Amino acid sequence: MKTIRIGSGAGYSGDRIEPAVELAEKGDIQYLVFECLAERTIAIAQGAKLKDPAQGYDPLLAERMLAVLRPCHEKGIRIVTNMGAANPAAAAAKTRDIARSLGLEGLKIAAVSGDDVLETLKSGDHRIEETGEPVSAMAGSLVSANAYLGAAPIVAALKAGADIVITGRVADPALFLAPQIFEFGWSMEDWNRLGKGTVVGHLLECAGQITGGYFADPGVKDVAGLARLGFPIAEVGEDGSAVITKVAGSGGAVTTATCKEQLLYEIHDPAAYYTPDVVADFSQVRFTQEGPDRVRVAGAGGRPRPATLKVSVGYIDSFIGEGQISYAGPGALARGRLALEIVRERLALTGVAATELRFDLIGVDSIHGSALSTAGGREPYEVRVRVIGRTGSLKEAQRIGNEVETLYTNGPASGGGATKSAKDVVAMLSALLPRELAKPAIEFMEA
Amino acid sequence: MKLRDIAHSRTGDKGDISNISVIAFDEADYPLIEAHVTADRVKDLFHEVVHGEVARYEIPSIGALNFVMRQALGGGVTRSLALDAHGKCLASALLDLEMPDIARPIQAA
Repeated sequence: MKTIRIGSGAGYSGDRIEPAVELAEKGDIQYLVFECLAERTIAIAQGAKLKDPAQGYDPLLAERMLAVLRPCHEKGIRIVTNMGAANPAAAAAKTRDIARSLGLEGLKIAAVSGDDVLETLKSGDHRIEETGEPVSAMAGSLVSANAYLGAAPIVAALKAGADIVITGRVADPALFLAPQIFEFGWSMEDWNRLGKGTVVGHLLECAGQITGGYFADPGVKDVAGLARLGFPIAEVGEDGSAVITKVAGSGGAVTTATCKEQLLYEIHDPAAYYTPDVVADFSQVRFTQEGPDRVRVAGAGGRPRPATLKVSVGYIDSFIGEGQISYAGPGALARGRLALEIVRERLALTGVAATELRFDLIGVDSIHGSALSTAGGREPYEVRVRVIGRTGSLKEAQRIGNEVETLYTNGPASGGGATKSAKDVVAMLSALLPRELAKPAIEFMEA
Repeated sequence: MKLRDIAHSRTGDKGDISNISVIAFDEADYPLIEAHVTADRVKDLFHEVVHGEVARYEIPSIGALNFVMRQALGGGVTRSLALDAHGKCLASALLDLEMPDIARPIQAA
């Protein structure tokens, strides 16, 4: 039976660079996939593109391509990535330039676009999923709307001979599903195989999170070598069977436990995982440890794809201002509490217009709330005061951090390490769009 | 006994929804976890953090539960004021749940 090996070179935009180089050089892989596009990233990238038409793609694209292009070219490994963000064509052009600077010739690069549906969404009668409001009501604050495309345009690019496929918004698992569809000639209506291939994609899309990253709990769940964590490889058969593994000698571990945690990561109903290509069923999945760092995945399935595509809608939501300051040693907790009370009173006295405020003591109860946090009992040696609020302007947001900073000379004794920040918030909502309204397009370039 | 003695967990986020898995280290302990880690108990535990419904999904093929908690992330990851906007730390609190002690066979020397 024909099998292919797919490596996962990044689990998010800022991820480590060298595990992908290790995969390219020692992973015996045919595909290297980089999933680098978080929910909000594309909205921020859209802003960058508006300022400069040559920008708007992933900020680490050049560094990643410089690191992997040569070993991938030498071994005939094809690259699939969503690092195109808001501007796949500019990302492809940049990649072409890097390939040329490395003296690599004959590389075919495809840019997949068509996920940008902002104008379509604005003009039609569409509603925001979370609020039920018509999209047209927020037209003034909208900055981006990107449909989650499926595997089809990536498969088309691979069929046309692309060595590198760069997309914008595509469903994360589709980046991994596409090479499987292309290599095995699966039908786009073979729901069972598409479901299996989607599970493989879901397991790999966060890279190190299945090889022992985000897993270690000393004494309970120990993982060796996290500083040189190896990224995962899926060994997939044309019947959809798969084994998850990693490069021998790299850090981390692939066990049934690491695979189970990643299977349920960011999942709601495990029997109905919606993607543009298939509604995948994870509910009967089983894992078997076949050897050291080798886990077999079986039992996934699928049902026909949905008629709509999810659209990620970015909009200017508000402004956030924040300030922090630390107290340590005897009485630190009481001084921290006094500091919070002073800032609370100052914000009221000076009339800072915030629609939402939080007063946290980091090290005491900032994460899980007061009821859960008091279970520990002991007073902490040091605390960090954190005041954060939402406002209607940047200027108003700055006043929050200022009121924390002035605790230096006006607040409790021995406060130190004050920091402050203010920023605008691009937030995300979602909408559903009939799938025929998103029109994928592919542009080819050669190095 | 704590849930942490027999299970591990990971938190994920989508919009204002947090999901927490609870996975038995030994699949033989799954029925005990299924019986004692209910949606009501999880909702009660996180009453200060989670303001919406808590749904539970069972995945016996891997000995795991999945809790899906709505209005759990301060209005959504991209606008939340919380220090841990993704709610990634929530899993650790869930593992602190008290569980009934179970008699384990004593290993022969």
